Amino acid sequence: MSVQVENKAIKPPLTNIGVIGWIRHNLFNGYLNSLATILIFILLIQLVPQFVQWAFIDSVWFTSGKECHQVEGACWSVVTQNIRFNIFGYYPYEHQWRPLVAMIILVSMLIYSRDWKKWSRKLGYTWLVALFSMGVLMKGGLFGLVSVESTKWSGLPLTLLLSFFGILASYPLGVVLALGRQSRLPIIKAFCVVYIELIRGVPLITLLFMSSVMFPLFLPEGVTIDKVLRAQTAIILFTAAYIAEVVRGGLQALDKGQYEAAESLGLTYWQKMRLIILPQALKIVIPPTVGILISAFKDTSLVVIIALYDILNTTKSILNVPEWTGFSTEAYLFVAAIYYFCCYSMSRYSKKIEKELEYKADT
Amino acid sequence: MVEIDKATIRKTYFWNDEKTRGVIYQILTAAAVAFIGYYLISNVQENMAKQAIASGFGFLEREAAFEIGEAPIAYSAADTYGRALLVGVLNTLKVSLVGMILTTILGTIVGICTLSKNWLVAKLGKAYVELFQNIPVLLQLFFFYALFYEAFPGPRQALSPLPGFFLSNRGIDFAVPSAHYAWSYMGWAFLVACIVVVIISRWAKKRQERTGQQFPKVLVGVGLLLGLPLLTWIVCGSPTEMNVPTMKGFNFVGGRNISPEFSALLVGLVLYTAAFVAEIVRAGIQSIKKGQTEAAMSIGLRSRHVMSLVIFPQALRVIVPPLTSQLLNLTKNSSLAVAIGYPDFVQVAGTTINQTGQAVEGVALMMVVYLSCSLATSAFMNWYNKRIAIVER
Repeated sequence: MSVQVENKAIKPPLTNIGVIGWIRHNLFNGYLNSLATILIFILLIQLVPQFVQWAFIDSVWFTSGKECHQVEGACWSVVTQNIRFNIFGYYPYEHQWRPLVAMIILVSMLIYSRDWKKWSRKLGYTWLVALFSMGVLMKGGLFGLVSVESTKWSGLPLTLLLSFFGILASYPLGVVLALGRQSRLPIIKAFCVVYIELIRGVPLITLLFMSSVMFPLFLPEGVTIDKVLRAQTAIILFTAAYIAEVVRGGLQALDKGQYEAAESLGLTYWQKMRLIILPQALKIVIPPTVGILISAFKDTSLVVIIALYDILNTTKSILNVPEWTGFSTEAYLFVAAIYYFCCYSMSRYSKKIEKELEYKADT
Repeated sequence: MVEIDKATIRKTYFWNDEKTRGVIYQILTAAAVAFIGYYLISNVQENMAKQAIASGFGFLEREAAFEIGEAPIAYSAADTYGRALLVGVLNTLKVSLVGMILTTILGTIVGICTLSKNWLVAKLGKAYVELFQNIPVLLQLFFFYALFYEAFPGPRQALSPLPGFFLSNRGIDFAVPSAHYAWSYMGWAFLVACIVVVIISRWAKKRQERTGQQFPKVLVGVGLLLGLPLLTWIVCGSPTEMNVPTMKGFNFVGGRNISPEFSALLVGLVLYTAAFVAEIVRAGIQSIKKGQTEAAMSIGLRSRHVMSLVIFPQALRVIVPPLTSQLLNLTKNSSLAVAIGYPDFVQVAGTTINQTGQAVEGVALMMVVYLSCSLATSAFMNWYNKRIAIVER
């Protein structure tokens, strides 16, 4: 006699799997959560259609400011009609293709070198050439390009310039400061500690103020340094102190055996740091370093206060024109989107590189 | 015997000695710093002499001759620069203290929300953090300031969501109780109640350690904190008269007003910093291993006590150091007030520099004020952190 064994797996009840199961598990698990879900749902139903109506259905895109004042919805015209001034600011109108090309070079170079496996000496030279050509494009005065004073540099190119060089120069300076703070030589250590703590204790604005009102007094008579460079210096000095603290964390996190092993191999101080300590320490601190770099990028907007025209300040001056007053929400949303995109891609990139380095450590 | 070949022993020079080399490096560095310092200072002196700029802090005694929009202490243009700067410091402290408290509360709530089991709540919390972290705080300040001026109506058509509470482009106006001696007595009563509660909770803790008996300290504490002021209010004749803001001419008279500058600054700073605090709180709670919760449950603690006695005290140790630096960032970012016209210390100092030309002293004052704020906050937080740190036996 054989018994037919029913070997069919019993499916879980329909309410525990699929869409319904997911909803039950994630939205309605418990009284409090159900209540929260319903409240948020009501709120979203109230707000989202209103926003869509304002931003897309009732909005106008390519009209003059006067027509804008008659419509109910968003006036995106404030962005589209002023886009060239918003992006390039006071750069001479007929030469605005030059900063545009410079920005395209910068972005494409960044995209090309995002894979760190491609980093080589050749790429370094390419970067030098790229930086030189960007400088020539911005400044002019060579190859028949009309010279443009740096006081005219404004808008997005200025934001990118300040943040790119701010990040590029402050990183090595910060590493040196961190090494100085960990040094066995008391005087060097003291200088680094005082510098780092002093800078970290004050807001960036005071440094920018210093660069704009106090710096001219420091220079001998007849010597002037232009405003962009002074603001750039302030940003570099400020960011370096923060990088130094992050790198110090990495240096302290390393096992003491690494230092001792390097010394017992007979390496000199710089060999020890360059070959053994820094590659490991800097790798540990990639996430907080990128955090600092993102803040540095956002903080370039503070140059508004010393009357430099970065992209935030060009937006402000558009809103001061009577035709466009009253549309600040639209204009600021546009600028916010640009900043958000840049910061978001930076943090994405840091996560990617962190993962790749992690993988390499395992193999 | 081994003959040592003299040629193989190289002569050691003094610069090959590590200690001597260290001393030389340090002397060189110190000399370079001293030289640069001397050079800069001599330039400053020369330039100031040429431009006929006075030096020293004598200007603090002179008449300021500028008005300040909002001042917590009595101030007029006839007062000295010193008093004007004091008003600036107080304004900075006001916005920073209120901002710190609100940021900690909002950040903690959002941080817990991102860990919620409710998908919608968690996603909304994460979206908030992503959005506000990635937009410059200055842009947010401009945005909220513009919102006040463009989205809110004038005082005549002011929005009034609650009776006695008005939102307009002149800021927030709300009713406050009229002056009466009862209110100050109630404040004293509250203070007394606070002291009594602290004493009782200490006594209750000692008694519990000695005898194991629990004292209903939460119930008694809340009762004291509410009851004692209420009793005072009744004894003083229960005044109920309110000072309601009313329209007179073009603006509100009476009540209390919070200026649009202060509101925009506070909202911008709190929303921005809370996004960072939320991340810190989330990381702190996640850093506590699941075994802690399970162990706490297995010794029979209620879920309320699992959180308050086991998880939270441990998470706090992870949270406090980065939280301190975020709250300090808020204080430092409050200097952005200068961009939207709130008279904080940087703005007053900036006006002073413009009027007197004494940039060096002005910038030095700014640095001293912010440095002492930073040092005071980190000293307090270090003390607090030591208090809650693991006691190792």
